Amino acid sequence: MAAHLSYGRVNLNVLREAVRRELREFLDKCAGSKAIVWDEYLTGPFGLIAQYSLLKEHEVEKMFTLKGNRLPAADVKNIIFLVRPRLELMDIIAENVLSEDRRGPTRDFHILFVPRRSLLCEQRLKDLGVLGSFIHREEYSLDLIPFDGDLLSMESEGAFKECYLEGDQTSLYHAAKGLMTLQALYGTIPHIFGKGECARQVANMMVRMKREFTGSQNSVFPVFDNLLLLDRNVDLLTPLATQLTYEGLIDEIYGIQNSYVKLPPEKFTPKKQGGGGGKDLPTEAKKLQLNSAEELYAEIRDKNFNAVGSVLSKKAKIISAAFEERHNAKTVGEIKQFVSQLPHMQAARGSLANHTSIAELIKDVTTSEDFFDKLTVEQEFMSGVDTDKVNNYIEDCIAQKHPLIKVLRLVCLQSVCNSGLKQKVLDFYKREILQTYGYEHILTLNNLEKAGLLKAQTGSRNNYPTIRKTLRLWMDDVNEQNPTDISYVYSGYAPLSVRLAQLLSRPGWRSIEEVLRILPGPHFEERQPLPTGLQKKRQPGENRVTLIFFLGGVTFAEIAALRFLSQLEDGGTEYVIATTKLMNGNSWIEALMEEPR
Amino acid sequence: MDCYTANWNPLGDSAFYRKYELYSMDWDLKEELKDCLVAAAPYGGPIALLRNCWRKEKAASVRPVLEIYSASGMSLATLLWKSGPVVALGWSAEEELLCVQEDGAVLVYGLHGDFRRHFSMGNEVLQNRVLDARIFHTEFGSGVAILTGAYRFTLSANVGDLKLRRMPEVPSLQSAPSCWTTLCHDRVAHILLAVGPDLYLLDHATCSTVTPAGLAPGVSSFLQMAVSFTYRYLALFTDTGYIWMGTASLKEKLCEFNCNIRAPPKQMVWCSRPRSKERAVVVAWERRLMVVGNAPESIQFVLDEDSYLVPELDGVRIFSRSTHEFLHEVPVASEEIFKIASMAPGALLLEAQKEYEKESQKADEYLREIQELGQLIQAVQQCIEAAGHEHQPDMQKSLLRAASFGKCFLDRFPPDSFVRMCQDLRVLNAVRDYHIGIPLTYSQYKQLTIQVLLDRLVLRRLYPLAIQICEYLRLPEVQGVSRILAHWACYKVQQKDVSDEDVARAINQKLGDTPGVSYSDIAARAYGCGRTELAIKLLEYEPRSGEQVPLLLKMKRSKLALSKAIESGDTDLVFTVLLHLKNELNRGDFFMTLRNQPMALSLYRQFCKHQELDTLKDLYNQDDNHQELGSFHIRASYAAEERIEGRVAALQTAADAFYKAKNEFAAKATEDQMKLLRLQRRLEDELGGQFLDLSLHDTVATLIRGGHNKRAEQLARDFRIPDKRLWWLKLAALADLEDWEELEKFSKSKKSPIGYLPFVEICMKQHNKYEAKKYASRVGPEQKVKALLLVGDVAQAADVAIEHRNETELSLVLSHCTGSADGATADKIQRARAQVQKK
Repeated sequence: MAAHLSYGRVNLNVLREAVRRELREFLDKCAGSKAIVWDEYLTGPFGLIAQYSLLKEHEVEKMFTLKGNRLPAADVKNIIFLVRPRLELMDIIAENVLSEDRRGPTRDFHILFVPRRSLLCEQRLKDLGVLGSFIHREEYSLDLIPFDGDLLSMESEGAFKECYLEGDQTSLYHAAKGLMTLQALYGTIPHIFGKGECARQVANMMVRMKREFTGSQNSVFPVFDNLLLLDRNVDLLTPLATQLTYEGLIDEIYGIQNSYVKLPPEKFTPKKQGGGGGKDLPTEAKKLQLNSAEELYAEIRDKNFNAVGSVLSKKAKIISAAFEERHNAKTVGEIKQFVSQLPHMQAARGSLANHTSIAELIKDVTTSEDFFDKLTVEQEFMSGVDTDKVNNYIEDCIAQKHPLIKVLRLVCLQSVCNSGLKQKVLDFYKREILQTYGYEHILTLNNLEKAGLLKAQTGSRNNYPTIRKTLRLWMDDVNEQNPTDISYVYSGYAPLSVRLAQLLSRPGWRSIEEVLRILPGPHFEERQPLPTGLQKKRQPGENRVTLIFFLGGVTFAEIAALRFLSQLEDGGTEYVIATTKLMNGNSWIEALMEEPR
Repeated sequence: MDCYTANWNPLGDSAFYRKYELYSMDWDLKEELKDCLVAAAPYGGPIALLRNCWRKEKAASVRPVLEIYSASGMSLATLLWKSGPVVALGWSAEEELLCVQEDGAVLVYGLHGDFRRHFSMGNEVLQNRVLDARIFHTEFGSGVAILTGAYRFTLSANVGDLKLRRMPEVPSLQSAPSCWTTLCHDRVAHILLAVGPDLYLLDHATCSTVTPAGLAPGVSSFLQMAVSFTYRYLALFTDTGYIWMGTASLKEKLCEFNCNIRAPPKQMVWCSRPRSKERAVVVAWERRLMVVGNAPESIQFVLDEDSYLVPELDGVRIFSRSTHEFLHEVPVASEEIFKIASMAPGALLLEAQKEYEKESQKADEYLREIQELGQLIQAVQQCIEAAGHEHQPDMQKSLLRAASFGKCFLDRFPPDSFVRMCQDLRVLNAVRDYHIGIPLTYSQYKQLTIQVLLDRLVLRRLYPLAIQICEYLRLPEVQGVSRILAHWACYKVQQKDVSDEDVARAINQKLGDTPGVSYSDIAARAYGCGRTELAIKLLEYEPRSGEQVPLLLKMKRSKLALSKAIESGDTDLVFTVLLHLKNELNRGDFFMTLRNQPMALSLYRQFCKHQELDTLKDLYNQDDNHQELGSFHIRASYAAEERIEGRVAALQTAADAFYKAKNEFAAKATEDQMKLLRLQRRLEDELGGQFLDLSLHDTVATLIRGGHNKRAEQLARDFRIPDKRLWWLKLAALADLEDWEELEKFSKSKKSPIGYLPFVEICMKQHNKYEAKKYASRVGPEQKVKALLLVGDVAQAADVAIEHRNETELSLVLSHCTGSADGATADKIQRARAQVQKK
């Protein structure tokens, strides 16, 4: 069912099975038929862990979305609330429980907190007088959810905002917990590297938690050699740029949620029915799951979009050739063999058709003049051209009232690429934005400034060129078809975060001390000693495995760049990626925006 | 060897019983045992004695003394009994002493005479007094059964989870039963009692008469009854000197015996071994002890002094003033080996080993004999097993030596049974030592498990021995050493004469970072003893904040709890402390505390943002955080206020705050917003329509679309809208209206700051090619090609591009050349491009 999770260097299915087991154990504690009342936000991530069939096997008969007033009628023995530990949700639960009590047969209530039980929430339930109604109050420590064979995410939407804007470290604590769970399953990670304030804190918590767990000595042979913790605010630039990989563009344009994407249906009408096709055009969005379980997708998702077309046409030829084979099948044996391959071929053809349609949709966008203009401006900024004055394109975008997020992304990008804007330039942009989009956005602008995405230049030095040159962030000679460097994911710009990871593995951070000092937050290294029996003797030519954890979110382009590094023959390091949230510039800025109305 | 079986007594044809001394008792008893209430715990447990002076009606001024001894007679505790008259004593499974008073109160003492707690057996018992009481053990724990003065029974099956059950009445019961006992059947406790010739069984709800199967006639009264250790068998002693032995259900008789002694026995207990077919009871009178089983003859012993019987899993312990003995059926392995003239493989192996030691060749003969029969494995196993049942280390050693000797002649004999037996015996011999005084047999030890044995050592404060055993057996630290150290520490904190520093240091020295030790448990114990300071010191060593914090809160050290919670990074924990602090401190102090803890402060702000907005404002005020105050009021202006005046007032407060924060830009912007709001309201009043809450940009656009150009211009000037943006804005608004005339006028009003391409674009967007063409000609040279292509004039675009000799432009035009009409143009461009490329 989730075989693709086990294809990577580290078998993440182990983690998935562990969390599934924990869920089953809880469900079995509540004997009899059950209904689950869902915190809506959790349904997406849960879909990756347990399908309805698993729940059904454990007597879950009904599912509801958590909302006020009464619960819908359900003839079940147990009602299980599956929620994040949030006070506002507790109020709703209390309302549900209180209105339930008055009618009908009594039912058993349970509450399962994801990912952590909260004293605060229980106190609230107590204050509302319903705490005693719950028979089981437990936590389901679903911190890191396996998304793909090399990808884990906490899907914690507000993590960046909470950490950098509100000083709330809850998600860091969960990240540390998640890492402890990982270490319990995959062995203690002997080396921890990190850059950034949050990274430091997570590492501290891990050391602390390890001390708490002494005694239950971990005897699992370590799978990971290194852990690299990276703060998002060490690299604010990368997510702001438009991702140019296939997967990145799908996400930029349509948004990928919990590995699913919803696409406009027009391009996906089945071609078979010739008659009356125009009539019943599907109106519902086409929903597709995107992960490495799909062979074709695994091959093209990390390619620069410009290299996708040729792969698709090559595939098309191979598949039609394969179908042509049937004319050559003469003997019964040959026909039988052909037929046995049919399902696989048909799946491949379906997959090809889907991705051809998606590629067409994307191409419509990427060939538009505006997309081109925007990209040109982005690339100018990233390569250090005219970052210090008001940009005409941005000005025109504002004047034509282009989407605010797009404008903010560009202004922030310029600010980051100039180590802050001149006060005059910054004030100009801000004034333009407030006058055009409304004064209420002053709150959003304040937030962006607080997060460091937007700032006035302090001091005279612009550090970005130094960083760019030392880390070789801008590569003029980029090969999109057969890349030789990670910069292909942005057609020229090499993501800073990934460059840091690359340099850490070879030749080590000592070579870039100076730049590390310019970037915000401390950089550090911790060792977690292993008992001698568990120390690894590496075979010659065997790659190290590094778990890289992005605190505050990661983009698909960065993931693509890391996968590119993993696949390099002489790379020496393979990466498994973990993050608080899979995101892109839009969702990131959106989370930081504040609409007071 | 001959004398080794001297203390073996045959009972019938198939079984031997032996009695051997465990200890000569170390106690110096002033009283006779018969003058005392006695209670001895099973599994070699402690013995409690209470001089029962109430019944003797001695002078009330002399208080009785409660004494507790180990099984070897070492004194563990002595205390004056200051409470009411005691009817019965008994030990719980946790080795707590339960003292049942006449009034139904049960006082619970620890092994060292420390008072633990008390509970009552209910009002009915209090009123009718306790006539008799029994403490019994079931798989759930220890129970108390009480016979009241009203001849009713009340029982609780588990004193740890006290649920009193009043048993049904026995109809027309006029006198106390002659004897009674508790039974345990199907996990439920019952009571069996005898009144005259009748037996009654009381369960939950009913009282039923029962008759033992095959009971001899002529019984007019039952004098004694005994239930076996596992509740499976029952023995009845009648006034005719007849003993009936059968199953506890009374439905099956195992055997019977007539001892012809009519005097009521003092005690009767079962003596059987698990998995043995033999059943026997031991009956004790003043000076006589009799073992009775399925045999025509009984075994008789003379008792020199007052003795007391303690039933065990696999035998009976008998102690008196001077000795402590164990009586049991000789286990099969021992019997096989030691029986006179035994030819069992084990016996031969033992003999072989002895000869070997004597360097005699007979060793070889014996060995050969066993090997010929192919019984060497069996011989080794027998010797190992028999060693387990021997009490004397010497005999254990010779048997183990024999086993080891035999092992040499075997290929691949799995060594674990031998090793394990050596280890077990080492442990058993250690705890049997009279200093320790736990005379466990091998079977009892296995039943009890090492964990419980360790607990019992801990209970006796024998920490070093317990730790040695753990280390010797290599138990995992969490179950073994750590647990014991933790218990030791809990005991240590109760030593009130040692200073806090010394205790804390001593504990940390010994425990260090031993995995699995919970410092918070120890601290909780210290706090329980009123040593708060010590508890705090101990908590310093606790690595788990989740454990530190609740205790610190309980001890009212909230501020310390707060910093610990923060250290942990567990925000939920921090919140918990914060809410605690909020209730505990006055507002000012609370805020001051927060001020020193930035992380807590930001968390609390988050909490307030969702739960208590006013507090949030106060927090910002306190910190002079004017920037955030400004944002706060901006939010307020949208959230709460409906009226313009209110909103403007909130914005004014915000602007003031921004000024204080030296954020000139935000202040000015907020003032602009106020100005705009007022203006929008005026516009709505004067022109009608919807203006409020439009952005400035949209307001101006709306005005233009409404034909109020003058006002729009005015507004743009007032707010200093840059020319460029105003042009874009106007262009879009006029195109929206499709007011082409006005647009043309506007385009000619002065030179466009945004060029003329946007004009072309917007006209084309409205599908007005005619108008678009007008502007295409005015587009500057750089964008001319683009403009011409937009209006569809490919030929002219080509000319311009060729003129510019610009390759990009040429390609662009070429890509627009479609169909045959543009064929000539395409050729022209191809040629031009070739020329450009040449250069």
